[in-house]
Amino acid sequence: MTNLYRTKKVIMTKAEIAIAIKRLALEIVEKNHGTKDLAIIGIRTRGVFLAERLSAEIKKISKKTMPIGVLDITLYRDDFTSLSEMPVVKETQIPFVIDDKKIILVDDVLFTGRTIRAALDEIIDFGRPQSIQLAVLIDRGHRELPIQADFVAKTFKTALTEMISVNFQEIDNNDQVTLNDKVS
Amino acid sequence: MKLKDRNLLGIETLDPAEIDLILNTAVPFKQMFTRSVKKVPTLRGKTVVNLFYEPSTRTRASFELAEKRLSADVLNISVATSSVVKGESLIDTAKTIEAMKADFVVIRHSMAGAPHLLARTINASIINAGDGMHEHPTQALLDLFTIREKKGRIEKLNVVIVGDILHSRVARSNIWGLNKMGAKVTVVGPVTLIPSHIEDLKVKVSHKLEEVLPEADVIYVLRMQRERQKQHLFPSLREYSELYGVDMDKLAKCKKDVIVMHPGPMNRGIEISSEVADSSYSVITEQVTNGIAVRMAVLYLLGGGAENVEGAE
Repeated sequence: MTNLYRTKKVIMTKAEIAIAIKRLALEIVEKNHGTKDLAIIGIRTRGVFLAERLSAEIKKISKKTMPIGVLDITLYRDDFTSLSEMPVVKETQIPFVIDDKKIILVDDVLFTGRTIRAALDEIIDFGRPQSIQLAVLIDRGHRELPIQADFVAKTFKTALTEMISVNFQEIDNNDQVTLNDKVS
Repeated sequence: MKLKDRNLLGIETLDPAEIDLILNTAVPFKQMFTRSVKKVPTLRGKTVVNLFYEPSTRTRASFELAEKRLSADVLNISVATSSVVKGESLIDTAKTIEAMKADFVVIRHSMAGAPHLLARTINASIINAGDGMHEHPTQALLDLFTIREKKGRIEKLNVVIVGDILHSRVARSNIWGLNKMGAKVTVVGPVTLIPSHIEDLKVKVSHKLEEVLPEADVIYVLRMQRERQKQHLFPSLREYSELYGVDMDKLAKCKKDVIVMHPGPMNRGIEISSEVADSSYSVITEQVTNGIAVRMAVLYLLGGGAENVEGAE
């Protein structure tokens, strides 16, 4: 029962995404006065690629490599009773001790805030970070929980029926953010 | 992708894609054991009843840990081992559990088909934790998981199952599972402990362990129940051990990378020597760890909201 979507508008081009990631990296380094204690965690699937690119940009700026992790929030979802099919569980990989780290949590789109809620719960199960800061490429509004991002590349007002689709070279063969409309 | 049935009653009715799904899902669960908090909130608010009509330590403990690590509420009911449980009383117990609003029932019973009867009677998802001489599906799944983890594949491996095939639900579930995943299975044991027509399950039969060892990638040793000797199925434990017990001398005839498995609990010195059990060939303790991950995967995959259960009577 998949809905079909039609692309209505390109919100970000490849060049714009590259600039936005650079800017996010600068903001993160600036706000944290460098990269001391910083670690970056991307939320599967596309948050991971964004996290990798951010980490590369931060390395360019600071010449420091920060630890990077991958979060699969599936087991922390709050909607199991309303799903007809159990989502595929993938591995969470956090190969560093998160205690006292400043965690930069990365996702592509901030929408209801429920994914971030699940991610926060999962991170806390790994230990007690000094802080968790949220970085996203797009904030599309419609929050259902009191959650805000610390770093946003682009805020874009959407209707609930619309869908934002972030494409990354690594998985989608192009870099682009589009606004899509439901066809059926 | 999801499991077709809302119960896990046996391996025989699963298709290879479903087995693959369970094994793949178990990987992230196993990885979770390295965390400081080995628990996720996935089955919060769900109730699991562990209904054991036969004594069991490790299977019950493994299920209980899997359930608790998924944050389910767990109720253990152990029924006196000596009582012969009649059909009616099982149904009555089931109705009671149903009234307690259980979402899952994990059942072990000495009668083959008891889990199937339960599945027809109540709405909870039923997981077979061993029914008579029939099936023990989660054991076979954890064994498949362990083989895949150690060998990187299951397909085309030569698996030798040695021991009391006749009385073993572990052997039956493993034969089905291994065949579905493309392994080549040989069963070995005394004539009296190999059921006739076992070849119909597409396995090779041998009565001489040493002849099949050089080809083996996996040696699966079954527990020899001492009471079988009293049933005159073989002359003496010593003779059994001599012919079918896996010791270092027999392992010397195997490939260097052979692995030795055992469902536990072991009779050291009978079906397996202490040296072998504690050697680097043995993956027996790994099987125990993997058992929890695989059972978590099964609970997770069967655990979609009760409202969505299709085909419930």
